[in-house]
Amino acid sequence: MSGEPILELTGVRKGFGPVRVLHDVDFTVRAGEVTALVGDNGAGKSTLVKCVAGIHPMDAGTVRFAGEPVRVAGPRDAARLGIEIVYQDLALADNLDIVANMFLGRERGPGGLLDEAAMERAARETLASLGVRTVRSVRTPVSALSGGQRQTVAIAKAVLWDSRVVLLDEPTAALGVAQTWQVLDLVRRLADQGLGVVLISHNMADVFAVADRIAVLYLGRMAAEVATREVTQTQVVELITAGRSGELGLARPETAVV
Amino acid sequence: MSTRTESPAAADFGIDTTSRSTGEAVRDYLARLRAGDLGSLPAVLGLVALVVVFRVLSDGFLTLDNTANLLAQGAGKMIIAMGLVFVLLLGEIDLSAGTASGVCAAVMAMHYVRAGNLLGGMGTTVFLVFACGLAVAALLAVFLRIWAGAALSLLTLVLAVVGAPANPWLEMLLALGVGAAIGVITGFLVSTIGMPSFVVTLALFITWQGVILRFIGEGGVFGIGTDPVLFAVANGNMSVLGSWLLCAVVICGYALVVLGEHLSRLRRELVTTPTPLVVTKTVCVAVASIAATYALTRNRSTNEYADIRGVPYVVPIVLVLLAVGTYALNRTRYGRHVYAVGGNAEAARRAGINVSRIRASVFVVGSSTAALGAIVYSSKVGSVDPQAGGLNTLLFAVGAAVIGGTSLFGGRGKVLHAVVGGLALAVVENGLGLLKQPAAMVNIVTGLVLLLAATVDALSRRRAARG
Repeated sequence: MSGEPILELTGVRKGFGPVRVLHDVDFTVRAGEVTALVGDNGAGKSTLVKCVAGIHPMDAGTVRFAGEPVRVAGPRDAARLGIEIVYQDLALADNLDIVANMFLGRERGPGGLLDEAAMERAARETLASLGVRTVRSVRTPVSALSGGQRQTVAIAKAVLWDSRVVLLDEPTAALGVAQTWQVLDLVRRLADQGLGVVLISHNMADVFAVADRIAVLYLGRMAAEVATREVTQTQVVELITAGRSGELGLARPETAVV
Repeated sequence: MSTRTESPAAADFGIDTTSRSTGEAVRDYLARLRAGDLGSLPAVLGLVALVVVFRVLSDGFLTLDNTANLLAQGAGKMIIAMGLVFVLLLGEIDLSAGTASGVCAAVMAMHYVRAGNLLGGMGTTVFLVFACGLAVAALLAVFLRIWAGAALSLLTLVLAVVGAPANPWLEMLLALGVGAAIGVITGFLVSTIGMPSFVVTLALFITWQGVILRFIGEGGVFGIGTDPVLFAVANGNMSVLGSWLLCAVVICGYALVVLGEHLSRLRRELVTTPTPLVVTKTVCVAVASIAATYALTRNRSTNEYADIRGVPYVVPIVLVLLAVGTYALNRTRYGRHVYAVGGNAEAARRAGINVSRIRASVFVVGSSTAALGAIVYSSKVGSVDPQAGGLNTLLFAVGAAVIGGTSLFGGRGKVLHAVVGGLALAVVENGLGLLKQPAAMVNIVTGLVLLLAATVDALSRRRAARG
């Protein structure tokens, strides 16, 4: 299952004023794999994702995309590379329907007009290709959808845009059991379609269910990047809480405490 | 639809490709109503109830003469409300729309009265400030990349400086340009500086009132009724032939757009409303248009020596604005972005939409449309005085949009709502007038109706949030 590295971050540093949030973080996303990014609150997961998305400029570090060095200076750069972020709060407009949301900001049509037919068909085909069966009509307003369905729409949007890397920030945080499985299923399918998927999660069950690799952040440092089948849940929890577990992890985690 | 030959994957969305039955569509509509999405239903029901009540209470109410008069009376505020719908869609408010329209009316009238000499009409200092204001607006519009606003502001500046001679069409263009410039300034203050629109427009509301007074002078009045074109806007009627032509254009246009789209969606197997519903709607529009045209092309003069017939010009004016506004909101990228910013500004920002540009632009649309409303209401009374656009113009305009079903919380609304709500308020004003009720009564009732509409809006929003 070891795919080609599609996104490689090396030596990423980021601070907000006097507070150092990320210390020389290395992080690799491989095509066709789900990489789980885990860590305690304040470990720097969201900051790392926002650096990738171009929302926060990095203080230092390099980004290579598909082997080429690139500069991500803003959200548009990230979008152009095909890096899509699915935020925790979803970023969908409730008053618009599924099609309008999936094409928001990138509507199709000549001039300033809208080609509803083309957009509707593309949206429907994308959802169908992901095996989404729970949405009754692509013309349903988002306000009428359940939490899982909203998550589905937000993720499908990433697929529609031929994204190559999708970062999902806590996609199952607010979902029930059945809906969680639907979303995890979708996450797995994204990777199977050849995308590089990053799953940020607190839930070890979710992580072990879908992730191929697990990257653990501990107080702004990358404690370990391991294959899921080589570790146990207990080890990962130790890495999250203490920065090391047996041979794995930071050599002297206590020095990481600033 | 058993003969579909689509890919099996796409067929997972079976409901999309098989037409819903009429019964299902009706049930869906009822479900939406229960979920709090009332649209303009309360306004339509209220309008019918009001018409019935006033018909019973006053013999003069449902006469042809009064109906035509009612349309012309309400049109100005209705048009201002149409522009306000754009502002309300973002959850913003433009309290200055009324007095801003008054400024447009004052400039228009001054240009006519002074035969194009705005410099003489305003005095050197005021004229310089006026010209600078237009130049600043043009620059701000370029900064905000609202090209139409920049072009209109610049054109108005040129017209004012050149001192073009009086011409009714030129004067209307001048009013529109002043409206656009005002909108650019409001939009810049709200979107770029980041002040709440409530504060910006409240301050401008007072400012524009002062500007009107400065332009016209205390106790002054600019008569524009002597110009045949400016007078005819709200007081003139189309010829009988013209009226029927308009009727034909409306019916054919509506049928072409609605049925044409329906057939094309059916052919491409996209989501459609049931055919019987579409046909019923089209037939209803056609019957209503024919009935209205027939009624308005009969002689409605109360004086047996005069002959007044034909559809008032305000009807095509409102219909054209309705069509343009609806098209802009539903069929263009701009309209989609307006809804998106109103529904979830953060989502729109992340989707790469220039939120502050959209936010500024709705104020330009609002003020420009208010300028058109000013042309109509000034034409109706035949003059512009320092009270133009003041008093309860704004209350009526905001009221019309909200009563029609546009939400004050943003994201939900249509231009049609302004027309329906505007009609309801025009009926209230006109009907109470016929019943010889004093202005006090009209204000109280209008205010309470607005309060009622805002209550319905707030409650339905709560219901939608719960559902």
